Amino acid sequence: MKPFRYERADDVSSAVTALAEEPEAAFLAGGTNLVDLMRLEVATPEVLIDVRRLISDRIEELPDGGLRIGAAVPNSDLAADDRVRRRYPMLSQALLSGASGQLRNVATTGGNLLQRTRCPYFQNVTTPCNKRAPGSGCSALEGHQRDMAILGSSPACVATHPSDMAVALAALDAAVTVRGTDGERRIPVTALHRLPGDTPERDTVLARGELITGVELPPPAHLIPSRYRKVRDRASFAFALVSVAAALDVADGTVREVRIALGGVAHKPWRATTAESALHGAPATGESFRDAAAAELARATPLPGNAFKVPLARNTMVSVLLELLEEGR
Amino acid sequence: MDVEITLRVDGTEHRLTVDTRTTLLDALRDRLGNTSPKKGCDHGQCGACTLLIDGRRALGCLALAVAHQGADIVTAAGLADGDGGGLHPLQRSFIAHDAFQCGYCTPGQIVSACGMLAEAEAGWPSAVSKDPGATDVVLDDEEIAERMSGNLCRCAAYANIVPAIAEVAHR
Ligand SMILES: Cc1cc2nc3c(=O)[nH]c(=O)nc-3n(C[C@H](O)[C@H](O)[C@H](O)COP(=O)(O)OP(=O)(O)OC[C@H]3O[C@@H](n4cnc5c(N)ncnc54)[C@H](O)[C@@H]3O)c2cc1C
Ligand code: FES
Ligand code: FES
Repeated sequence: MKPFRYERADDVSSAVTALAEEPEAAFLAGGTNLVDLMRLEVATPEVLIDVRRLISDRIEELPDGGLRIGAAVPNSDLAADDRVRRRYPMLSQALLSGASGQLRNVATTGGNLLQRTRCPYFQNVTTPCNKRAPGSGCSALEGHQRDMAILGSSPACVATHPSDMAVALAALDAAVTVRGTDGERRIPVTALHRLPGDTPERDTVLARGELITGVELPPPAHLIPSRYRKVRDRASFAFALVSVAAALDVADGTVREVRIALGGVAHKPWRATTAESALHGAPATGESFRDAAAAELARATPLPGNAFKVPLARNTMVSVLLELLEEGR
Repeated sequence: MDVEITLRVDGTEHRLTVDTRTTLLDALRDRLGNTSPKKGCDHGQCGACTLLIDGRRALGCLALAVAHQGADIVTAAGLADGDGGGLHPLQRSFIAHDAFQCGYCTPGQIVSACGMLAEAEAGWPSAVSKDPGATDVVLDDEEIAERMSGNLCRCAAYANIVPAIAEVAHR
């Protein structure tokens, strides 16, 4: 690990200013991703600004019936929150399917959103990787492809975003609140992460030094029943090959509202808008679900080593929707 | 870059100067001579370094010591020194069930199980909980395996680890 200075700011605005003034500084929250990347020398900050105690670790009711989650709320506490479990079951399930008990106790809401890809080439400084070393090439194109993207990738980068929580937040239309030197702004979670294009080194639309202060969940109407299903190489403590977060509201056999987001398939949590539009007002049947899932995946550009993810994503979407249909009866 | 910190480890206060790069795991093992937490992977993937930090189970290998100024840390060695001075019920149960082979993962398993039982007691759900809203957790074998999935055992003593934890859970 490279030497660094450790600092604690007094409040959010001084943390934001301190980071803006130090070109090689990084925010530290739970550290479960950043410390690992520093040990691998993938991340080499000269200054760490510890924000864990500065940002809120509370979950509060919003006037519209939604919830505001402080960016320092640990993943375990969010998953166990009674309101989250009752109103947004998919979010609780997504969190619980991620990492391990020990990690979830430490990992924060903000850090989870901004965790970096688990692509083995990104994590290995001896191999080319356009995300870590722009212009060096993408090793995955001729290498390990099982965990790579099938949607929205580019010739420069086929990495996936590893967060489970972010997939549920994308399906729920959550938004992050962000504090920068110019004040606060609000960004929908679906617009927070980027597709790689030819600048894969940028994971998100955040400007350098912007701090996530919280996440806002809209009221849960039409979002129940909901569910998160994760498919992976071992039953627990593994990243998703494919995951599906979905909510389905059916009235008189017709889809009134549907939300679907996919994980493990793209550089960002993938909101399945094509499938959602196909389903709005359609009969709530297995056939509509299959057609909608197929429509979403029509644009998939798998690699030889991960072509299996296309039917896997399709079948997982269909089975989750069928389960929700049953649950809603 | 050196920083002075205090840590409370297994009930004893320690003042030490650490390089900012030092993890809690390295501070405990190399500076304080407490080799109860083990280093299996140093990447958060195995659970051998599990500690209770301020009462919650967490990984020593991903925790920077400087970020834990004043923290209260419990290791498997500290669990043994409980009230009666004897072994913790989980430690006794691991021995009774022969829940290890080489023993390298064992301190991490035991500390993790201790934290896990408190989480279940608090009504926290897991990924296999049938009713995510239920606040009464029934720790059957599937729940124990899921909640302990952050602790790998290279000797695959799982078949005995799960019953060892179940016995304490069902008391
Ligand atoms: C072995 C292992 C298995 C895992 N498995 C899973 C899994 O299955 N599913 C899953 O979703 N995750 C998994 N994770 C990842 C884990 O969820 C993340 O490491 C964790 O959520 C990161 O949160 P943190 O608070 O520790 O972030 P940190 O490591 O502190 O920070 C991560 C990044 O976010 C930045 N940052 C942190 N907070 C803020 C903020 N408020 N504003 C702006 N920037 C910020 C930091 O600068 C850093 O770049 C796993 C991790 C490990 C080690
Ligand atoms: S040594 Fe910490 S998890 Fe493996
Ligand atoms: S007993 Fe050998 S690693 Fe678990």
